Amino acid sequence: MRVELLFWEGCPSHPKALAELRKAMVDVALDPSTIVVREVETQSEAALERFVGSPTIRIDDVDVQPPGEEPVGLTCRVYHRRDGRISPTPDPADVRDALLAARTATTERK
Amino acid sequence: MTAIGDHAPAFALPDTEGIMHEPGNAPATVVVFTCNHCPYALAWHERIVGVARDYADRGVQVLAVNPNDAERYPRDSPEAMRVRVETGEFEDVPYLYDESQRVARAYGAKATPDVFVLDAAGVLRYRGAPDADHGDPAQNAAFVRGALDAVLDGRDPNPVETPPVGCSIKWKS
Repeated sequence: MRVELLFWEGCPSHPKALAELRKAMVDVALDPSTIVVREVETQSEAALERFVGSPTIRIDDVDVQPPGEEPVGLTCRVYHRRDGRISPTPDPADVRDALLAARTATTERK
Repeated sequence: MTAIGDHAPAFALPDTEGIMHEPGNAPATVVVFTCNHCPYALAWHERIVGVARDYADRGVQVLAVNPNDAERYPRDSPEAMRVRVETGEFEDVPYLYDESQRVARAYGAKATPDVFVLDAAGVLRYRGAPDADHGDPAQNAAFVRGALDAVLDGRDPNPVETPPVGCSIKWKS
């Protein structure tokens, strides 16, 4: 399973997002040291990566909160917590559920 | 750049209807640099509007200013500002467009949101974040409310300054 966190330095939310991602991985018995952290620095990189904002977390190339029609760009990403609050980081419960779903899919493929 | 104790720069900026607004003629004024696309600004938005609502009867003026480059960030365009105003998100808070970015530069604004509280003489008395945690609505813009209470009572705010937390202002290149 490939877990990636993509970030843009202009947005201050990635340290919190990474900490919450690490905790979520521990919670579901996955190794947080396997997280791949990558910086997106330019608009062209953002386009290449289909990066719609910082932070973006992908598990096996699937976004933990699929961005729909969001335009690519160097910006802070808007997430919605499960209680409706707007947040700069995804809801940890959504991250945990995405990890569990990916782990189940990986197990079923074997 | 404006420091605590300095006279804040005068300005006049248009709201989404083209009506000009300027700080002053109030016992205290809150100038908050904000925008449409930033999750921090959005997370704190209702708390800022709540400050305006709760301090209106004490004559406090609240001005929201969008300083971002709308070409690179179309979500911060005047049209997008107007949509938010028309849907009632700003209640009675004028939402001003700093197209030249001169006001943001004069204030030394760094982020959205970045809050400046001025006293009746236009002196900067507080600058920084609305409160300690964008993720906790119970914080209720405590830094801004505390600064306003102090200014209105003739005291010094405590704290007088906190680091602004949010998205970097999107300067024109």
